[in-house]
Amino acid sequence: MSLKLEPTVEHIKNDKLYREMGISDEEFAMIEKVLGRLPNFTETGLFSVMWSEHCSYKNSKPVLKKFPISGPKVLQGPGEGAGIVDIGDGQAVVFKIESHNHPSAIEPYQGAATGVGGIIRDVFSMGARPIALLNSLRFGELTSPRVKYLFEEVVAGIAGYGNCIGIPTVGGEVQFDAAYEGNPLVNAMCVGLINHEDIKKGQAHGVGNTVMYVGAKTGRDGIHGATFASEELTDQSDENRPAVQVGDPFMEKLLLEACLELVKSDALVGIQDMGAAGLTSSSAEMASKAGSGIEMNLDLVPQRETGMTAYEMMLSESQERMLIVVKKGREQEIVDLFSKYDLEAVAVGVVTDDKMLRLIHRGEVVANVPADALAEEAPVYHKPSAVPAYFEEFQAMENDIPSVDDYKETLLALLQQPTIASKEWVYQQYDHMVRTNTVVSPGSDAAVVRIRGTRKALAMTTDCNSRYLYLDPETGGKIAVAEAARNIVCSGAKPLAITDCLNFGNPEKPEIFWQFEKAVDGMSEACRVFETPVIGGNVSLYNETNGTAVYPTPVVGMVGLVEDLDHVTTQTFKQAGDLIYLLGETKDEFGGSELQKLTYGRIFGKAPELDLTVEHKHQQQVLQAIRQGLVDSAHDLAEGGLAVAVSESLFRTELGAEIKLEGNAVSALFSESQSRFLISIKKENKEQFESLVDAATLIGEVTDSATLKISSANETLILSQVTELEKAWRGAIPCLLK
Amino acid sequence: MFKVKVYVTLRESVLDPQGVAVKNSLHSLNFSEIEDVRIGKYMELTIEKSERPVEEVVKEACEKLLANTVIEDYRFEIEECVAL
Amino acid sequence: MRFAVIVFPGSNCDIDMFHAIKDELGEEVEYVWHDQDSLEGFDAILLPGGFSYGDYLRCGAIARFSNVMKEIIKAAEAGKPVLGVCNGFQILLEAGLLPGAMRRNESLKFICKPVELKIENNETMFSGSYRQDEVITVPIAHGEGNYYCDEETLARLEENNQIVFTYNGENPNGSISNIAGITNEKGNVLGMMPHPERAVDSLLGGADGLKLFQSIVRSWRESNVVKA
Repeated sequence: MSLKLEPTVEHIKNDKLYREMGISDEEFAMIEKVLGRLPNFTETGLFSVMWSEHCSYKNSKPVLKKFPISGPKVLQGPGEGAGIVDIGDGQAVVFKIESHNHPSAIEPYQGAATGVGGIIRDVFSMGARPIALLNSLRFGELTSPRVKYLFEEVVAGIAGYGNCIGIPTVGGEVQFDAAYEGNPLVNAMCVGLINHEDIKKGQAHGVGNTVMYVGAKTGRDGIHGATFASEELTDQSDENRPAVQVGDPFMEKLLLEACLELVKSDALVGIQDMGAAGLTSSSAEMASKAGSGIEMNLDLVPQRETGMTAYEMMLSESQERMLIVVKKGREQEIVDLFSKYDLEAVAVGVVTDDKMLRLIHRGEVVANVPADALAEEAPVYHKPSAVPAYFEEFQAMENDIPSVDDYKETLLALLQQPTIASKEWVYQQYDHMVRTNTVVSPGSDAAVVRIRGTRKALAMTTDCNSRYLYLDPETGGKIAVAEAARNIVCSGAKPLAITDCLNFGNPEKPEIFWQFEKAVDGMSEACRVFETPVIGGNVSLYNETNGTAVYPTPVVGMVGLVEDLDHVTTQTFKQAGDLIYLLGETKDEFGGSELQKLTYGRIFGKAPELDLTVEHKHQQQVLQAIRQGLVDSAHDLAEGGLAVAVSESLFRTELGAEIKLEGNAVSALFSESQSRFLISIKKENKEQFESLVDAATLIGEVTDSATLKISSANETLILSQVTELEKAWRGAIPCLLK
Repeated sequence: MFKVKVYVTLRESVLDPQGVAVKNSLHSLNFSEIEDVRIGKYMELTIEKSERPVEEVVKEACEKLLANTVIEDYRFEIEECVAL
Repeated sequence: MRFAVIVFPGSNCDIDMFHAIKDELGEEVEYVWHDQDSLEGFDAILLPGGFSYGDYLRCGAIARFSNVMKEIIKAAEAGKPVLGVCNGFQILLEAGLLPGAMRRNESLKFICKPVELKIENNETMFSGSYRQDEVITVPIAHGEGNYYCDEETLARLEENNQIVFTYNGENPNGSISNIAGITNEKGNVLGMMPHPERAVDSLLGGADGLKLFQSIVRSWRESNVVKA
């Protein structure tokens, strides 16, 4: 079988073939300088993937530096497969979120499925047992057949992978907005648990040690996926179909169990997932992080197809593969361990001391490149930023209160907005109970997963209201972190740290880069105040279709620690007679709100204000009250405001509520002011609760009537059977999909 | 060398929910002339050489593993080809 | 009493089953890898849920050929309790230990949620601790739980009281006669789609499944006390 004829070094340079791989003229000149010669085709390919935005963060690095990344409990910050935070008793939590937006836009089922597979590998490559999955999804309005198709297939893909591998998908969020019509966002998060002594890193230490390839065979799938993820989508993107990988969750289940057995072996030196840019990134990064080199013989790489070139093998993104480094002489143990799981483990190379990544194929050196140049020395760009005209226009606007004729009809309409409506249709497709540790299932503020054998549990959530970010990226960035923390606190946990998935448009446009900078500024400030450092994440730029960017969407994945299972709290009211409190000030804030969108069909004006000091104080008070056993239910006020939050607290119960509100009725019911909580407590705890949470206002009582009654000083605003509200809320998404 | 094409389908009497869904979808796309859809599986087996008659081997494989005869029917085509 | 939890490469409810027996039921339990060729010393065999071999081809189709299946068939013939849950049920069907077959859910979607079950027969070794017609809540989590058998088989199942659990109210997957769980004719092999091992702890939303395991222990004690 003959290999495809590859272009010569002169051809690559003279005809600027590197441009097709996403390398600029300046970058090509840098490569030439690094090597002291012209790169061949394979080498050009190595640089093209490693210097893509996806792998090198060349456009985002200067901005990402602003994030606080350390703290007394951080055991591993950004830079490895996933970040790690200490949770006491020799245990730690490992977590990360990652995007798979572009593959999902092209082939939604496989794109979403392999996104889940990739993030799971990131977590178990650290040596951790994955215990939960979450996700964050954005689609266009649920009206066109294409969006419905994408939505159904993405959900099925996430379910297909997570259910089969047996890791519960316990939480997530879905938002629908026209801004995501052609460019859906699919972000997957995985949370794992580890004992400190089992923590492993992706480093190739020890000259002479053996580099082994484990897991599935390499095929031609996903070649150039990493650069593909760094380009805008166009109408022609469908033609890129071969770039999408196909996932095999059964294979990954075997790989997972084998790797978790492997990390207990002292023969293991380092381990890294072959994710984006596959064999290239794993080998170059492991060598670079350890200050060593790697020489690999590509003839030994297990191959699924015949006649693969070095270029194809190095750039393949076949799934369910890992690269490991083991102590010399211990290879057979590893082979035996993997064969128990019907998996291949093959020695493909050695660790060297010359800091080079050297590849041999069919007896010839086909690449010889400094590992640091690939992994660490990608160019860094300081992109220009400019304030968009829309922002100044929005900032100049006065706060507008939409007019409402019928409060009950408006509440019903809000409950049917797909972003607010019940997501049962989604999460019932996910096995959220497997491994029997899920204490709080999807549908409450944050999911809670217990740690078997202890009184501890982990609370976890993903959050981002991108409408606020579009109106004001800095405030919106703060709100994204604050809302995540509020959800964690409402479930009875202390926020520990965050992982983020920064989904933005094309950074070469100054207005987009400005959104990116401002959002990171806002998030960083909030993280500092809440003491929740950023321990890892992912940047996904170029989320545009035909020149239109998605809303700035920096998804926050947060994990918190429940110190005792008795603290676990949910959003639903518990019993008639309980007192209902509102904590936090309600202002006339409708910029980016569900009511504004419903009334005008678009969003404008200022995002809700956020005072981080007030927010933090409220969170600490609520958590303290929960820990003292004073709280029966706690719920964060978010999209749709108080009326929606009260309704949600009644759903799945047989209870009702009577609420009395003051001030402008529209604001009191539907404003989306921040830093607010809806809390119910037993009557006997009234005094203690009020003295602890001093700013909370008593607004009503839980009743046994299954009716929601909200009134102002002089009139009844909303009077409805809870079943009527619940039916509307529950039926909205299935109805839209019909 | 033999190439064997195996077709496994749900028995006539067994409801095929996938087939029904595809049929409904086709009807909503105005393919009203398509009256029924049944979805099955198609497998390709390659047999280098066999001591026993190929037909016997394939039949046994179908009965034992490839089809669940409680709900599925199968048929196959054997094609002898010369190795390249 | 000693329970075996059979582990196939893609089993994923094995841990849940193990802990249900050990932590909540308080009996002895061990994992048994699918390549083992002895089940000696075990009093009951549990086949947990999951995706035994990725559920490629058909759910349970490949698992039935594993080494340990011969031993499971022997144990079933010897009258030991054999319980298959979800994928375990699918394997028992493929192995011919129970009649019928599984189709994809009518909705074509995987469904994970608590459902109501009605005890149709409380005289089996798996249901003795429930009341006849009692309604319990146990979660389901499957994409192929749409049980099918021909009319003749169904008539036989009904006649012999082999239907132990039916879905009460809404049938989540379209199964024939709302069947959620059946036994073999002898009554010592039970296959069911719902997960009793997920309903053994009120912290996780309910403990209605625990009585199933308690029934097994009770029936085992009764027959062993008599023997002793």
